[in-house]
Amino acid sequence: MPLDQSFVGRTYPPTAPYEVGREKIREFAEAIGDANPAYRDPDAARALGHPDVIAPPTFGIVLSMTAGRQVIADPDLGLDYSRVVHGEQRFVINRPIRAGDRLTVIVTVENIRSAAGNDMITTRGDVTTVDGEPVFTAYSTLVARGTAGG
Amino acid sequence: MPGSAKPRYDDVEVGTELPGQTFPVYRVNLVMYAGASGDFNPIHWNERFATAVGLPNVIAHGMFTMAETARVLTDWVGDPGAIEEYGVRFSRPVVVPDDDRGATIEVTGTVAEKLDGNRVRVDLVARSDGQAVLTRARAVLRLP
Repeated sequence: MPLDQSFVGRTYPPTAPYEVGREKIREFAEAIGDANPAYRDPDAARALGHPDVIAPPTFGIVLSMTAGRQVIADPDLGLDYSRVVHGEQRFVINRPIRAGDRLTVIVTVENIRSAAGNDMITTRGDVTTVDGEPVFTAYSTLVARGTAGG
Repeated sequence: MPGSAKPRYDDVEVGTELPGQTFPVYRVNLVMYAGASGDFNPIHWNERFATAVGLPNVIAHGMFTMAETARVLTDWVGDPGAIEEYGVRFSRPVVVPDDDRGATIEVTGTVAEKLDGNRVRVDLVARSDGQAVLTRARAVLRLP
């Protein structure tokens, strides 16, 4: 079943604020096996010029993926989530995420298309602090394998 | 890694190679990543489910591979806050069998372009089981 093209251009309301915790950053760094002290030690992060520990460059997926679910889990879109794999991911980073940030995401559907029998949807997540400071933008393309015209 | 000499903009050239690294991947790493990231898609931990949807076995989260690949950048530059842009296309899954060998992700990186503002573009290659698992993997970093 093709995806509903009318979703393209749709923008969703800002998500509820996500407060970034030091221990969540540490947990994420442990999961990727990265011992960089900037993720764990506030003094090490400050020595690099950051006000508190910072998160690895891909940590933003924790927020953007959750925010994106309000699109991809919408039954009206018609995406078969059981067949979804990640196609592309890009982060444009204004500054690193850091402990203590309170962040909110505004999701926009950038593109929907079909190619080689797969349905694809690209979303953009604009992530700011609750005070409106831009932190990063995440572009995500999800692919539902073999669902287009199938 | 921390302690080694960090690259400076004036000292790198197009073609400068970043130190490559090989990252092991076992099932436990995917379980940890699922918990830390909140991505509990069963294709990343449930072999029965993965094969039922046509995959050869459990596969790593694309974002896990992307995170490991970024370590070649962050270990090189020291300050992870130096990364201004980072994008990849997931071209092939990293298949992670349930055995003692697991899988590996081998990552190399090369300075591809010197940009204004003390920034460089780095192109990355990530391979598993002899095949590229990412394409168009590139990052923009700001160097001292």
